[in-house]
Amino acid sequence: MQGETAYIGIKEIKPLARIAEPNGCRTTGGDGKSGCDSKSGSADVPEHIWDKIKNHPCYSEEAHHHYARMHVAVAPACNIQCNYCNRKYDCANESRPGVVSERLTPEQASKKVLAVASAIPQMTVLGIAGPGDPLANPEKTFRTFELISKKAPDIKLCLSTNGLALPGLMDRIVQYNIDHVTITINMVDPEIGQHIYPWIFWNHRRWAGLDAAKIIHEHQMEGLEMLTARGILAKINSVMIPGINDAHLIEVNREVKKRGAFLHNIMPLISSPEHGTVFGLNGQRGPTAHELKALQDQCEEGAMNVMRHCRQCRADAVGLLGEDRSGEFSTDTIEAMDVKYDLDARRVYHELVEEQRDARLAARQDALAGLDGEASDIRILVAVATKGEGRINEHFGHAGEFQIYELSTAGAKFVGHRRVDLYCQGGYGDEDALPSVVRAINDCHAVMVAKIGGCPSDELRDAGIDPVEDYAHELIEQSAIAYFKEYLAAVKSGQIEHQARGDAAIRQGAYIAAA
Amino acid sequence: MAYKIIASSCTACSACEPECPNVAIREKSGTYIIDPNKCTECEGQFDSPQCVAVCPVDGTVIKA
Repeated sequence: MQGETAYIGIKEIKPLARIAEPNGCRTTGGDGKSGCDSKSGSADVPEHIWDKIKNHPCYSEEAHHHYARMHVAVAPACNIQCNYCNRKYDCANESRPGVVSERLTPEQASKKVLAVASAIPQMTVLGIAGPGDPLANPEKTFRTFELISKKAPDIKLCLSTNGLALPGLMDRIVQYNIDHVTITINMVDPEIGQHIYPWIFWNHRRWAGLDAAKIIHEHQMEGLEMLTARGILAKINSVMIPGINDAHLIEVNREVKKRGAFLHNIMPLISSPEHGTVFGLNGQRGPTAHELKALQDQCEEGAMNVMRHCRQCRADAVGLLGEDRSGEFSTDTIEAMDVKYDLDARRVYHELVEEQRDARLAARQDALAGLDGEASDIRILVAVATKGEGRINEHFGHAGEFQIYELSTAGAKFVGHRRVDLYCQGGYGDEDALPSVVRAINDCHAVMVAKIGGCPSDELRDAGIDPVEDYAHELIEQSAIAYFKEYLAAVKSGQIEHQARGDAAIRQGAYIAAA
Repeated sequence: MAYKIIASSCTACSACEPECPNVAIREKSGTYIIDPNKCTECEGQFDSPQCVAVCPVDGTVIKA
């Protein structure tokens, strides 16, 4: 039956204008391209693409500081089995293991979306990402989209799929104006795929081994080509599994780029024995922070936009990436709410956000200008504590994660984030948590925070990480560049000696903000 | 001549319900149940019982 798959010839597909070109979508100029936002906002991206990504926190790193998304868990069924997922405990990549999402009917989901969008005006994107596969639940998924698009036409719709059912449901994706689709593609070689997918359910039977991997691969490629042909932006998620597909992901990157994918999101494998997954139980490790960054850098060299701000969030996450406000919107709370959707109020709010955003971009440009004339090969990483708006506005002890910026004479480039256990527990420092924080940012030269206590400061210094609170509440890039200039000056004057840092650990467990 | 679902293993993911050619599966108090009067074990319809093949938790759908 695999032979029946009708491919669209590569030549028949129109490439999305310019986006795959080297100058298509960059941040800081020079060699410092980052994510897919540009240094001046819309200037480097074709207008029609910019319109699609500018308020989408997952598709634009720059937007993710300002806009929020939500997922509704209306799609519990799945049509494949992955070795990194145990459905008994929900999908490890979509949900904190052990916590079963509150499943919603399309009607409940639609009401929840309206309630959240009214309470959180930054919420611009609704995604359906499980907890199974949205396209293995087509009736529930498309009914949800239909209800929401009627009542909240300004909300962007997107979905995330393994791709198996994608080609067959393409017409409905077009019908409901879903203009962002994510496909999880972990391989383009069934020989490798058979070590990731033990089985799939397709055409009324279970397929295993090479057959399964071959079918899913063909459907993924066909689905991606169809999305590109229809002008629907495609993001590719890949789970990096050391020893299985880590080196191969370069080839995946090349193949998906060739087929018009807009953005590649390489995520670290989440794998712990307690998740009960095949990989968790057989001791398969995830990548280190250094391994992940090296692969992302390598893919970016091929001029592909690489997403580094993914938080591998829950299938029912609500809020800015990196925060989760889903607890505020339980089904009972929503049922009791009298929701009035105010399109105008949202528009006014978004205009305000755009002003903030412009100020941030202008500040970034100014700061970059300050680096003109600096010549140095030094590159350092800094960790930043932020709760949004692109500012250093979080206390060290309250940070559930740190954003990582790479500083060089090309500017400040966002290269990732590190989830940590909270250091501050109810006003007191948790001495047990500090070593895990240090491990998570061990590759950084400095940590920039709004405030930090004396004890953790001393311990960080002992570990070789400079705690910096001089830039409290200032804009991130501007401050990071200013810090970097000071650093370069101190190196030049012989005050400090530049030394490379070690590797850092990626915390296991999907992102969920501690309540 | 029928299959049943072990409620304690069932994740209530609903994958089996639309696959059943005999409309024998439905949700009941947080889990799914198979109507033994309607279940044909997919004999003469498919190579294997559809609910067994699609269920993500092996050993959940078994012969009654």
